[in-house]
Amino acid sequence: MSGWHRFANPTRFSRLSARILPWALALTIVLFAAGLYLALVGSPPDARQKDTVRIMYIHVPAAWMALSTYVLMAIFSGMGFIWKHPLADIAAKNCAPVGAGFTLLALITGALWGAPMWGTWWEWGDARLTSFLILFFLYLGYIALWQVFEDPEKAARAAAILALVGLINIPVIHFSVQWWNTLHQPASVFRRGGPTIDPAMLWPLFIMLAAFEAYFVSVLLLRIRAEVAEWRVRALQMMQAEA
Amino acid sequence: MSPFLAVVRRDLLIARRQGGGSLLAVAFFVVVAALFPFAVGADPISLRQVAPGVIWVSALLATLLSLDRLFQADFEDGSLDVLALSPQPLFFTVLAKVLAHWLVVGLPLVIASPLVGVLLNLPVEAFPVLVAATLIGTPALSLVGAIGAALTAGIRRGGVLVPLLVLPLYIPTLIFGVAATADPAHAAEPLMLLGAVSLVSLVLAPLASAAALRLALE
Repeated sequence: MSGWHRFANPTRFSRLSARILPWALALTIVLFAAGLYLALVGSPPDARQKDTVRIMYIHVPAAWMALSTYVLMAIFSGMGFIWKHPLADIAAKNCAPVGAGFTLLALITGALWGAPMWGTWWEWGDARLTSFLILFFLYLGYIALWQVFEDPEKAARAAAILALVGLINIPVIHFSVQWWNTLHQPASVFRRGGPTIDPAMLWPLFIMLAAFEAYFVSVLLLRIRAEVAEWRVRALQMMQAEA
Repeated sequence: MSPFLAVVRRDLLIARRQGGGSLLAVAFFVVVAALFPFAVGADPISLRQVAPGVIWVSALLATLLSLDRLFQADFEDGSLDVLALSPQPLFFTVLAKVLAHWLVVGLPLVIASPLVGVLLNLPVEAFPVLVAATLIGTPALSLVGAIGAALTAGIRRGGVLVPLLVLPLYIPTLIFGVAATADPAHAAEPLMLLGAVSLVSLVLAPLASAAALRLALE
């Protein structure tokens, strides 16, 4: 793990992220343009779900990103908690609003998809939708915990404990909700023995997933850079005040 | 006396001398459960259907309400500093305080749950399962709640935040507890899962709470 510490230096991070950011932004635009075209126009409608299936091209990547962002946030939290890297704390902090946004998007698109498919906007019998609602609450709690501390270092460590507790709880909550009731169709993209979705639909899905990833990387880098810059401004102001 | 038992004894003494701890939680539990017939309607059949859920949600809220007593007072008067300085690892101090909290709040809820069951027209055959489920499940409520209480111990008016932090983590306990109570004939599986939740919380919750308390004491 010691190799990671090279990236904890804010100056090196600023230099590296300045080089990555334009590429990530360009990739986001290109992938979204291609992915949205393929998803909304270029792919065939589903035999059973008709055009409603196009919601999936937003819903599935958003749901995937919502979960993986939480995991990433917990990893950053663990790194910040163990090695006390301020940059890891900032990264974890800035994962949360983006991840909460993805979760909200997954919930809204899930409800929009549910309205014609199940006849209700919200189906409590669906384990995954319910788990995501709880994931959204976990994000909100994490963000709120950051707000209430005055000392950012303490806030970072308290929030890290909560993120790690949440990480252990997510599989437990998901299992319990699934055990409670399941009505959703079984997972069909990453099923053993190969995907069952037609390749004509799988490609747009993967391109949209890559677009979401690129968007996430761009936004996260932008947010971290903004916060590092804020720090520097504050440090300079302090120096000026002391001089 | 071992330091562990000394902490348990101290917290029980404080709860008894300050008074109202157990009584308050149980009263809250019964009053909240008694609100539901007014909200849902007096029909015995519909009451019977919602009874398991109402009992568990009321128990959850009663526990939640009592969480600020867990560390806040000790943090404010400085006795938490003394407890943290003792040679006993903070893990066991937290565990002792949670045990005392469960004895003061959780156990009375277990004892009061059949009463609420009667109020809500719960079928008679469900009563033994209800007592077993609350007995197995309420320790998890105290343990997980301790994490939220410890995270907010050092913050002024942090108590408002506790429900947002803790309630999502209570959902597995709620699901398995209600499942066992609602279907007493097939209660074995949810009861075992409820036990699993309590056991995992027993190991992990004091760890997280101790880390959070150390942070508050800095």
